[in-house]
Amino acid sequence: MMRAADSRARELGWRLMLPMLLLVVWYVATDILNLTHPVILPSPTGVVRAFMRLASSGELLNNIGASLLRIFYANCAALLLGVPLGLAMGLYKPVERLCDGLLSLFRPIPPLAWVPLSILWLGIGTLSVVFITFLAAFFAVLVNTIAGAQAVDKQLVRAAQSLGAGQRRLMVRVILPSVAPAIFTGFRVAIGVSWMSIVAAELIAAPSGLGYMIMYYREVLRTDAIIVGMLTIGVIGLAMDFGTRWLERRLLPWRTGFHL
Amino acid sequence: MSAVQTVGASPKIIARELTKRFQSAHGESVEALGPIDLTIGVGEFLAIVGPSGCGKSTLLNVAAGFEQASSGTIEIDGRTIDAPGPERGVVFQDYALFPWLSVAGNIGFGPASVGLPPDQVEARVRHWIKLVHLEGSEHKYPHELSGGMRQRCALARCLANDPEVLLMDEPLAALDALTRVRLQDELLEIWNEASRERPKSALYITHAIDEALYLADRIIVMSDRPGRVLREIVVPFARPRESEVRTLPEFHRLADEIWRLLRRPSA
Repeated sequence: MMRAADSRARELGWRLMLPMLLLVVWYVATDILNLTHPVILPSPTGVVRAFMRLASSGELLNNIGASLLRIFYANCAALLLGVPLGLAMGLYKPVERLCDGLLSLFRPIPPLAWVPLSILWLGIGTLSVVFITFLAAFFAVLVNTIAGAQAVDKQLVRAAQSLGAGQRRLMVRVILPSVAPAIFTGFRVAIGVSWMSIVAAELIAAPSGLGYMIMYYREVLRTDAIIVGMLTIGVIGLAMDFGTRWLERRLLPWRTGFHL
Repeated sequence: MSAVQTVGASPKIIARELTKRFQSAHGESVEALGPIDLTIGVGEFLAIVGPSGCGKSTLLNVAAGFEQASSGTIEIDGRTIDAPGPERGVVFQDYALFPWLSVAGNIGFGPASVGLPPDQVEARVRHWIKLVHLEGSEHKYPHELSGGMRQRCALARCLANDPEVLLMDEPLAALDALTRVRLQDELLEIWNEASRERPKSALYITHAIDEALYLADRIIVMSDRPGRVLREIVVPFARPRESEVRTLPEFHRLADEIWRLLRRPSA
């Protein structure tokens, strides 16, 4: 027990070493040596002050809320469309032949290239940002679901059929659990790319959100607030990745055998 | 060639002039099986022994309804087999257990699929868990079980559905020698138990001669690809069989006979 706790503490130490080192270098370079102008690089204490100011005014929380809600909408839509379409394409050759050409054409287009059209069609605001974020998340879910559906073990399908499972039971009790890990992987990737595209989309196409906040403070040259926005995204992204991993362990416990 | 006669009573499964061809990667047609005629009687345990690639697994896949014959017919109780069905249970070499279901969940899958009410499903699960000695492992997932336990679970899953025919595709081939012999004994016990209420038929694919002799009522020795019937051997040992059967001179004489047939160069 002690040894396990010891080695975990040591592992945590290793993981925190570089971030801590970076923080110390940053502090010494700015607060002690005054090597930079605060507009180019504010000091860590300055960033903490900006954080307190933004947090206490409610501005930070409002923008976090706006971005999170958009990510939620975009990923719900991505799952609702991506999973059924991915299953259909992975399991039925004709559907794949029908859809593959169009999707392969659209997939390489970066979500941000959609910003101009999106603004023309949907205007500046939540709808545009959700649309752009959805595109990024959708392809992540779709590609992984297709791969998962194509990798379903034929023997398991045969076993279920010879045990008397009909089409519906086969789909719900065999195909879906088989593909679930791949869907989860897609979902995790989707959350990741959501953050990338939402911030970029909000830089241009929204009057709120963390991306908007970062853009706004660039215009007023408040670099400390920009860094607060960036670090907030990092922390939330990290938390969401932990959250989806935890959810995966809870929902797919038979997979724990493969986690070390 | 006429249909091979059965040892037991009425025929359960009859195959006539059955063949199977595959398209190879280069697009040419490869003969995998037959033409082959065979009959499995009601309550009969038929083993098929043959060299690797002789099409014996193909034969089982056709009997299970996983694959369609290229020509000829295969029937169960006079009905053509063209799809999988719960009256034909299958035991796979690699177990094919559902990794997301516990031992109990796997065993209950068949009874629940054919529409039994939950209390009866549970009763069957309990019954079979006991018979295959998996008490205490009900809630374990397949990845937590040893190879032997997995195959016992797969066997229980198949039998919990009370099938009329058991199709077994080298079920013990992936196990170590000791576990294999132990499971042969258990298989016989379970077979007797399962056949008590109503007789079951079995098609058992193997390349282990001793296994076929120990388990089966009758053995069909198949030739190299495309697999045909080389010889049919009626196994004379009375049931219930004990491990001592393996030491009888007749056991070794028959094993030797089959070995010679298999070793004979076919081309």
